Amino acid sequence: MNRRVALVICFGFGVVMFAQYFSKHPLARGVNQAVLEYWQIIFAFALLLGVVSFFQNNIKQIGHGSDRPYRTVSLVGLLAMPVAAVIGGIGAGSPFLWIFENVQAPMQSTVFALLAFFVASASFRGFRARSVPAAILLGAAILILLSRSAIGGPLSGWLPDTADWIRHHPSMAARRAILIGIGLGSLTTSLRVIVGIERTWLGGKK
Amino acid sequence: MSGFSLLVIAATDPAWFDVDKLPVLIAAIVSIIVIFYATFHRSRRGKFQVREIAGLKAVEDAIGRCTEMARPLLFTPGWGGDIQRPTTIASMNILAHVAEKTAQYDCRLVYPTHDPVIMAVAQEVTREAYARAGCADRYRQDDISYVTSSQFGYAAAVDGQISRLKPASVFLLGTFEAESLILAETGNSIGAIQIAGTDSTIQLSFFIVACDYTLIGEELFVASGYLSGDDSILASVRAQDMLKVLIGLLLVVAVVWNTICELTGAAEQSWWSF
Repeated sequence: MNRRVALVICFGFGVVMFAQYFSKHPLARGVNQAVLEYWQIIFAFALLLGVVSFFQNNIKQIGHGSDRPYRTVSLVGLLAMPVAAVIGGIGAGSPFLWIFENVQAPMQSTVFALLAFFVASASFRGFRARSVPAAILLGAAILILLSRSAIGGPLSGWLPDTADWIRHHPSMAARRAILIGIGLGSLTTSLRVIVGIERTWLGGKK
Repeated sequence: MSGFSLLVIAATDPAWFDVDKLPVLIAAIVSIIVIFYATFHRSRRGKFQVREIAGLKAVEDAIGRCTEMARPLLFTPGWGGDIQRPTTIASMNILAHVAEKTAQYDCRLVYPTHDPVIMAVAQEVTREAYARAGCADRYRQDDISYVTSSQFGYAAAVDGQISRLKPASVFLLGTFEAESLILAETGNSIGAIQIAGTDSTIQLSFFIVACDYTLIGEELFVASGYLSGDDSILASVRAQDMLKVLIGLLLVVAVVWNTICELTGAAEQSWWSF
């Protein structure tokens, strides 16, 4: 019974949201805005659920002794930020902003910076000419890299043009083919969910 | 006023119907008709066969490897999407199948996510899958967890789990952004079998380099029918193919038309850009 109610709600909202996309009437815009606001409310409650789950999970794991230092740091961070915001506010010069700018932002930048090394190691593995397609990939990669570096232009006039041709023709054609597949896949998946053929999101197959 | 009159008013009144979106509406209606036709008239044809997809065929092997090595399986949907995205729904479909198998083989399934709504849905999907497998007692809710909504906080948290738990298999299926390569390279460094799939063409190239199997384009969306063998879902896959043929034909017509216009010096015709 509960599952049937969920399916009816899903179908109703799916049809309404599809129809409102094609209208610029204030009523249709209002419906769209209202649904987006309701989504924010649902997300806020779900976030609370997520934070409580995170808290309980870490407390339980600290009790079991697994990954104790990491989990302690996570919980201290989780509690320190709201406490700092409540006591000192979130404006300029507040402890909250100081922690954000001097602890959280540098840590995020550090993780992002790791990407440079991962790109290098992945490229080293990926660009090995073990077969004809891999050799073509390697050749195209060298051309693009050279054309985007400072020596690309001075080295040869045709290098940037060739690199642009690779990006705008064979590469773009392949990309668009994948995008058409993704678009059709998204469309059929959405329709399956709206008409109730696909019910995995409800927890069950049938 | 009858429903039909209302429909006519809505369709003709510019305040109700955005005429600029007429091409989108026509394309959507044609697509919907094709999908419904393929889905509800499937019984006239024989059973629809999907070509072998290496990434999906490897799902069983990846779960088997976890069982043999007595190590967990890590499944994460990426940071880029929320539950409204079709990619996330497609990822949930694969999760349901994977969870059923991990329940049967008594293999630990770890699912970290950045979105509390995805966490709640994933917990429900996993719980049901364990119950379906007849092993509800093996379900561990703590393993389906919310880590953080911050992109690189999420990347660091999942990286940490991969490094410490050393899962035998890593499933990166969903919507990924810059964290894709960070996660895939960490999984590669511990020697895990990695199956990945996303709707971002930029991140796909990273996955192809760093993962053992990559679901490209619509393969991610086909997974549900492929793994379950459900006729209704497979029929919609057939609709995808029919629509691809239709789009291909339209592209050929557009190319020929444009070429003729260029060669004859005729004014550019734009009906096909529609």
